[in-house]
Amino acid sequence: MYSFDVVRPATVADAIEALAQDEALPLGGGQTLIPTLKQRLSSPSVLVSLSGLAEIQGVCKTDDGKLAIGGGTKHVVVAREAAADYPALAALAGNIGDPAVRNRGTIGGSLANNDPSACYPSAVLASGATVVTNKRQIAADDYFQGMFTTALDEGEIITEVRFPIPEKAAYMKFEQPASRFALTGVFVAKYADGVRVAVTGASEGGVFRWTEAEAALSSKFSPDALAGLTVPADGMISDLHGTGAYRAHLVGVMTKRAVAAAH
Amino acid sequence: MTEVTMTVNGKSVTKSVKGNTLMTEFLREELRLTGTHVGCDTSQCGACVIHVNGEAIKACTMFAAEAQGSEVTTIEGMANADGSLGVIQQAFQDHHGLQCGFCTPGMVMSAAALLKDNPKPTEHEIRDYLEGNICRCTGYHNIVKAIMAASGQDVSGIAAE
Amino acid sequence: MPKDHGIGASPKRREDVRFLTGAGQYTDDINVYGQTYCYFLRSDVAHGKINRIDTSDAEKMPGVVRIFTGKDFEGVGGLPCGWQVTDRFGQPMKEPGHPVLAQGKVRHVGDPIAAVVADSLEEARNAAEAIVLDIEELPAAVDMKAALGDGAPLVHDDIGSNLCYDWGFVEDNKGAVDEAIKNAAHVTTLELVNQRLVANPMEPRVAVGDYSRANDESTLYTTSQNPHVIRLLMGAFVLGIPEHKLRVVAPDVGGGFGTKIFHYAEEAFVTFAARKINRPVKWTASRSEAFMSDAHGRDHVTKIELALDKDNNFVAIRTETLANMGAYLSTFAPSVPTWLHGTLMAGNYKTPNIYVNVKAVFTNTVPVDAYRGAGRPEATFQLERVIDKAARELGVDPIALRRQNFVTEFPYQTPVAVVYDTGDYNATMNKLEEMADIKGFAARRKASEAKGKLRGFGVNCYIEACGIAPSNLVGQLGARAGLYESATVRVNATGTISVYTGSHSHGQGHETAFPQVVAEMLGIDESMIDIVHGDTSKIPMGMGTYGSRSLAVGGSAMVRATEKIINKAKKIASHLLEASEADIELKDGKFSVAGTDKSVAWGDVTLAAYVPHNYPLEDLEPGLEETAFYDPSNFTYPAGAYACEVELDPETGKVTIERFAAADDFGNIVNPMIVSGQVHGGLAQGIGQALLESCAYDENGQLLSASYMDYAMPRADDVPFYSVDHSCATPCTHNPLGVKGCGEAGAIGSPPAVINAVIDALQSGGHKVEHINMPASPQRVWAAMHG
Repeated sequence: MYSFDVVRPATVADAIEALAQDEALPLGGGQTLIPTLKQRLSSPSVLVSLSGLAEIQGVCKTDDGKLAIGGGTKHVVVAREAAADYPALAALAGNIGDPAVRNRGTIGGSLANNDPSACYPSAVLASGATVVTNKRQIAADDYFQGMFTTALDEGEIITEVRFPIPEKAAYMKFEQPASRFALTGVFVAKYADGVRVAVTGASEGGVFRWTEAEAALSSKFSPDALAGLTVPADGMISDLHGTGAYRAHLVGVMTKRAVAAAH
Repeated sequence: MTEVTMTVNGKSVTKSVKGNTLMTEFLREELRLTGTHVGCDTSQCGACVIHVNGEAIKACTMFAAEAQGSEVTTIEGMANADGSLGVIQQAFQDHHGLQCGFCTPGMVMSAAALLKDNPKPTEHEIRDYLEGNICRCTGYHNIVKAIMAASGQDVSGIAAE
Repeated sequence: MPKDHGIGASPKRREDVRFLTGAGQYTDDINVYGQTYCYFLRSDVAHGKINRIDTSDAEKMPGVVRIFTGKDFEGVGGLPCGWQVTDRFGQPMKEPGHPVLAQGKVRHVGDPIAAVVADSLEEARNAAEAIVLDIEELPAAVDMKAALGDGAPLVHDDIGSNLCYDWGFVEDNKGAVDEAIKNAAHVTTLELVNQRLVANPMEPRVAVGDYSRANDESTLYTTSQNPHVIRLLMGAFVLGIPEHKLRVVAPDVGGGFGTKIFHYAEEAFVTFAARKINRPVKWTASRSEAFMSDAHGRDHVTKIELALDKDNNFVAIRTETLANMGAYLSTFAPSVPTWLHGTLMAGNYKTPNIYVNVKAVFTNTVPVDAYRGAGRPEATFQLERVIDKAARELGVDPIALRRQNFVTEFPYQTPVAVVYDTGDYNATMNKLEEMADIKGFAARRKASEAKGKLRGFGVNCYIEACGIAPSNLVGQLGARAGLYESATVRVNATGTISVYTGSHSHGQGHETAFPQVVAEMLGIDESMIDIVHGDTSKIPMGMGTYGSRSLAVGGSAMVRATEKIINKAKKIASHLLEASEADIELKDGKFSVAGTDKSVAWGDVTLAAYVPHNYPLEDLEPGLEETAFYDPSNFTYPAGAYACEVELDPETGKVTIERFAAADDFGNIVNPMIVSGQVHGGLAQGIGQALLESCAYDENGQLLSASYMDYAMPRADDVPFYSVDHSCATPCTHNPLGVKGCGEAGAIGSPPAVINAVIDALQSGGHKVEHINMPASPQRVWAAMHG
């Protein structure tokens, strides 16, 4: 790693101020950032740790019935505390990485990084969640802008994510055998006004909504409704672990399984 | 340099550290607690698992500066007060749950964290929980068996020897 | 009742206590006062011409002590190869130089170009980034077939092609084999790949070099399976340091699996640099660095033909293999596809005609050398796959076809030079059939199918050759080393014992198992005996641990030395007891006069040896310490039968291992607990090869699987509980313990069982898939199903 300082502010305001310094970077759980720093792919002057910000941690229900999760909330906490209100989301959080990673990694960190194989983006997009930052509220459909790219500005941090709670939902992840990230993961969420389907791991464009499946499932929420539907292999990630055609195929299989498992 | 104070295996320590000092470096080089090992640089092998405030974390993926005020336990803090092996350590020895010993500290620390939350895990739960701990020697058979035994389950039905 | 001590017992491992409490002493735990840190600047291209290396800015960076490049090693020897193969035409293999730091060219991603020595690792790395390189990238030779073609880029310009050798075995058999295949009733042909793997011991390699000006002595602490071999190769061939001025210490080593046998550039570098700067130099590999600098394993492309007569008897086997050597010859690389592979092509079967052809190829990739099994998994995989394919083609039961062709009479002279001393392949197969519950398979398949899954059963046999020897034979075959082992048994005055062994333990449990043998021979408590290993300054010349040899060779040396101790101790006892030496018996740690109640205790005899007041000084020297070197007269031949049951998800192609059974014949067993553990670990590595692991390069020679993000290591949830058995024992006929070796069996025997099961599952679902290359990853299985 290059040389840098680590500061650990106690309030969001102090964190934002610290992030205004030249070459400052926010540090969430560090589970992706620290390996990147070890490879010297990034050379910040200062890392602003968000782990001391009590005000952006925790899970609660909002007055309008949404599930609000603080940006600094660790996966392990989401897995535990979202289980009653949004079991599919809790199950997703409880299967990110491994237990030690879940004890450090945060929802805000994952969403800010927007790794194309991360799990959380699919839940946020399929839920039509709202990403709340220190400056504004961003709709999920506007937030994800391609792999490792988001609507966040420099120095802007995620303070909260608000999830409308679906009638039924499930996440199905087919793991890449080495990293155990999603080779293809599909989050299906059924709301009163329709079904949303978001796919992670598969596309070169990062997480995306499978609108044809959404339409079919909105008229009939059943695995059979997907019969004959496929996503094109063009634009799918092709690598050591799966061709674009294989990933496109898995999108169909995982969607079907998520619909069958939704509860 | 930042000054950090934390409790490591029950003893309070205060040291000046650089921002980029990882917990692995802090433990191994500053405190000479070399039981915490480094087996990869992508946060996957789990040889460095320790407990911070009672939770298993990968010491290679946490800065020492972030452990300010924490309670830290490493493999060196897992034996009984009289120096004898703790229950999990003893089960690993009894059931030959280690060979070269390099991944072992992380395995024991993960197993301890698992049993704290789930005192009688099934075979499936153990294998699932160990996703972040790689062992190249044992084929996992005796590690899983040792953890089941440490949780008081009968393992006599699991293959001979 | 199982024994509770001595040979055949399973005492708890004594080394575990330090490993379980964080008190192990691995090489990276060693820090020497005043040490510096070394960072290697490595090539990021597979092939390139070094036009210029400018270190002038880097040298001025903070903390830099000195920067070394290939120029500093002009006139210094290169890394030697320890085995010279002679080709089909009687010519020696091509043996290009292997510089410590690249000279003129870089030949693989990871080839070290420069080394920065600084006060801290961070400073060393900062300075390495300030080195200005002008490297002209050249087209790379990556694919073996292409590398042998006309106009292929040359890895080593001076040898004129990328062919290291073209080996035929047994060349004189070739005509008879060709004839037998031509006239056979049926010939089954299979083309397959045994993919490149990375051994991945969990402890990355580390080397610490130290130099004492006081006595002109160098010390190297290193993660090695064989410190004496490193001392010999590095001292004599690379750096020219006489052995008495060079100490090599391999303390606790966190796994080896073959890749820590070899002498590496980093070891030579830190030893060399410590002398130059007169300060200790430490290098610790990161895992990413390990992927591009540890010798890789396997990487064969093979065509095998199995010919059968009208009664399904095997009549001939012919194979053609391309074996990847990588960019340089690693220490024992040439021996792996030849003497450790061709000699095993008979397997467990009596096939009268066998011919093996191997072309070893240089490519712009990391060197390839022995990895757990080394040559034998490659032989086993092709043979056991082609037999399964033949059984399907002929519509016969694969187990029956194997049984029909088993070697049943011993000793058995194979047509590929080696002589199997003993074995009982039907016994292990019988055991396996019972363990695998073949009768219950149909019901289990039905249950899987009810869930929409396919289920397959696969079986295979294996034989391996362990404890490679004797030295005079391997010398004729090209080995540039002896293959004996040594042991010194030092009995102390109070009767405790230190055994100094050339074998090295890096997970195998020697510290527990070796004392069981000595304790049994002497009738004393195991706790009185300690094992000392891994330090050339303490132990006699030894060859180390690889090829499942420790107990068969090192253990035999220990037995011989202990026998010498007993002989001398009996002489002392006969003096103390005033009886004839011929009447002295040793039992339960007591020397007694046969037929009387007169006896002296072990401790009385050992005390007399060192306090020789009442002692036959005129006939016998004081002291009780003996050394033996043991050179076996033959290999040992562990063998067995393995069965695997898989479930396959036809929608995703994902294969899971549901059951795995292994019936092994290891001869006599010293510690059953340790033996089972060795098999478990081997099975996981074999299952890893079959389903998960692959070291992949792109067409430009860039390493694609360069970390655990892309190299799939088997995890706890990838494997089941295994069922293992080693009760079918035919003791080795030529070593004193009757042991055969168990370290590699699991890795050798398991890949074909898995793939045979995958093929069985696919065929049961109506998919006409005849073969699938490893790893049978989900995408590969899915692609095979969709043709």
